[in-house]
Amino acid sequence: MTALLPRRGLAQILALIVILAVDRVVSPQFFDLRLQDGRLFGSLIDVLDRGTPVALLSLGMVLVIATRGIDLSVGAVMAICGAIAASLADSYSLPVVLAAALGAGLVCGLWNGFLVAVLGMQPIVATLILMVAGRGIAQLITEGRIVTFTSPDLVWLGNGAILGVPVPVVIALGMLILTGAVVRGSALGLLIEATGGNARASELAGVGTRAMILAVYVWCGVCAALAGVIAAADIMGADANNAGLWLELDAILAVVIGGTSLFGGRFSLVLAVLGALIIQTMNTGILLSGYPPEFNLLVKAVVVLAVLLLQSPKLSGFAGIMARLRRANP
Amino acid sequence: MKGLSPLLITAIVLVAGFAACAVQFPNIASTRVIGNLLTDNAFLGIVATGMTFVIISGGIDLSVGSVIGFTTVFVALAIERWGVPPLVAFVAILVLSAAFGAAMGAIIHVFDLPPFIVTLAGMFLARGASFLLSTESVPVTAPIYSTVSDFALRMPGGGRLSAIAIIMLAIVIGGALLLHLTRFGANVYALGGNRATASLMGVAVGKMTVKIYMLSSLFAGIAGIVFSFYTSAGYSLSAVGVELDSIAAVVIGGTLLTGGQGSVIGTFLGVLIQGMIQTYINFDGTLSSWWTKIATGILLFAFIALQQGLVALARRPVAKRVGAAP
Repeated sequence: MTALLPRRGLAQILALIVILAVDRVVSPQFFDLRLQDGRLFGSLIDVLDRGTPVALLSLGMVLVIATRGIDLSVGAVMAICGAIAASLADSYSLPVVLAAALGAGLVCGLWNGFLVAVLGMQPIVATLILMVAGRGIAQLITEGRIVTFTSPDLVWLGNGAILGVPVPVVIALGMLILTGAVVRGSALGLLIEATGGNARASELAGVGTRAMILAVYVWCGVCAALAGVIAAADIMGADANNAGLWLELDAILAVVIGGTSLFGGRFSLVLAVLGALIIQTMNTGILLSGYPPEFNLLVKAVVVLAVLLLQSPKLSGFAGIMARLRRANP
Repeated sequence: MKGLSPLLITAIVLVAGFAACAVQFPNIASTRVIGNLLTDNAFLGIVATGMTFVIISGGIDLSVGSVIGFTTVFVALAIERWGVPPLVAFVAILVLSAAFGAAMGAIIHVFDLPPFIVTLAGMFLARGASFLLSTESVPVTAPIYSTVSDFALRMPGGGRLSAIAIIMLAIVIGGALLLHLTRFGANVYALGGNRATASLMGVAVGKMTVKIYMLSSLFAGIAGIVFSFYTSAGYSLSAVGVELDSIAAVVIGGTLLTGGQGSVIGTFLGVLIQGMIQTYINFDGTLSSWWTKIATGILLFAFIALQQGLVALARRPVAKRVGAAP
C-alpha cells in the first residue's frame, strides 16, 4: 500500500505546503508572528491552536482505524467530558477536574471497546450507540444549559501559553510524543497493525487481539476526553449541543488524509496529526479569504473523494504508475 | 421467515410501550395524538424506508439528512426566487437527488470503497451545496403549500390524517411491496447476504448497488419535499442528524446492520417507537428532550445486543455441521 506514494508522507507535506502557499496569497499577513503578553500570535499559531482538538481526536482514531475499526462517538465523548470539566471546574482543583473528565472518557472508551471486542459488534454500529446517546448524557450533566466557569486553572489550559506557545498545542505535541513512544517504542504498534491486518490470523499467532481492540478504544476515549476539556477551557464553558459536533468526521478525515487505510493494518501517528493540520489550514484559509465558512464542507467533500480514489484498491493503474516512479527515484 | 422474530419483538415493544404510556396518560390513546405522531415523523418514515434497502444490502447511507436539507432549500428557492412552478421544482429535485445517489453508488462499486466514507463525502457535499444556495431560512408562500397542509382525512375520534402522513404511508407500503415481492427486493437481500455469492448467482452487483443508493437518495428527496411541506420553509440546516435517527429506526425495526435480513414494516414500527418516545416526553412535560436521545441509545443497544445473540445462535448449529462433515 505504501506504493501509493513516492515516499511516505511526501504527498501530505506537499499538500500542506500548497495550502499554506494559497493561504499566503489569500492573506499576505499569514506568516506574521508577534509576541504579546508572553504568547505568540498570528495565523500560523491560530492554525495550530484551533487544530488541537481534531489533532488529539485523530491520535486516538488512527489507532482504532488501524485495528479495522472506527469510533463515531468521539464528538459525543468530547461533549460529555467538556460538560463534566465545566461543571466541576469552579468547586474542585485542576487535577480532580482533569481526573474526572479523563476518567469519564476512559469509561466511554471501555464501553465502546467492550461492545466491539467482547460482544463482537461491528465498530460502526457499536460506537453509533454512544454517538446517539452521548449528547443526551452531556445535556443531562449540564441540565440543558451552557455551563460556564471562571476557574483560572482550567482557563489557562485552553488559553495560556508556555514559552509563548499556546498550552493546547503543547498538550497535543506531548500526547503525540507519548503515544508515539508507547506504540512505536514497543511492539504494541506492530500488534495493533497485526490485529487490523487479520484479526483471526493474529489471534492464532498469539496476539491478544481482544486486549488490543479494547486498549485502542480506551485510548481513543481518553484522547477525546482531553480534546473535550481543551474545547471547554477554550470557550470557558460547555455547550452540550455543539461541543465536538461533527468533529468525529473531521478526525476520520484527518486519519484518511494521513494515508492510514480504512481497511486497517497500517497507520502513522505523525501523518494523522499532519492530516488534522491540513484540514485546519484549509479551514483558516477559507475563513481568511472571506468565503462563508460553510464553503468548508464542499472543499472537504472534494478532498475526501480525492484521497479515497487515491487509496482505492481498484485504481491499480495509478498505483502502478506511482510505484514505477518510486522505483525510478528511490 | 428468519426476519420474523426481531420484527415480532419490535412490535411487542411498540405495543407494550404504547400501553404503558396510555396507562399513565390516557389521552395518548387517541387518534388525534396518533395522527400527529404520523405527521411529525412523516419525513423520517420515508427516509428510513430508503435506508432499509441500503442496510439490508449491506451498505449505509450517511448523506440522507443533507439531501433533505438541500432539497428544502432548493425547492424553496426554485419556487420563491426563480419562479419555477412547484411541480416542476419537485420533479427537478427528485431527478437531481436520484442522480446524486446513483453517483455515490457508482463510486462505491467502481472503486470498491466503504459505503460509509463515500456517503460521508456525499453528506459534506450536499450540506455544503445547500449552504451555497442559501444560509438563511427561505419561507415558501406558494398556494400549493397551504393546500397540502390544510388537506387531511378525518379519522374517528377527531384525529387528522394529514397529506404528508398519507404520502409517508404510501411510500412505506410501496417500499414494503418492492422489497418483499419483486426480483429487485430479492436481489437486495442477496447482496446483503453475501456479495460474492450474489454475483455468482447472476445478480448484477454493480447495477444493483447504483439502484439501491439511487433509491435511498430519491426517498431522501421525497422526504425533503415532505419536510418543506411540514415547515413551509427551506433551511440549509434542516434535518441535521436525521441519518442517525433513520439508522436507529431501521435497527430498532429488526434489520440486521450486517445486511441480509430485515423488513420495511419493522422500520416503520421503529419510526413509530421513536415517535412514541418523543410523544411521551412531550406529555410528561418534566422530562427534557435529551431523554429522547438517551432512550433511543438504550433501545439501539438492546436491539443490537439481541441481534448479536440471535446471530450467534443461528451460527452455532451451522458450525457444528461443518465440523462434523468429513
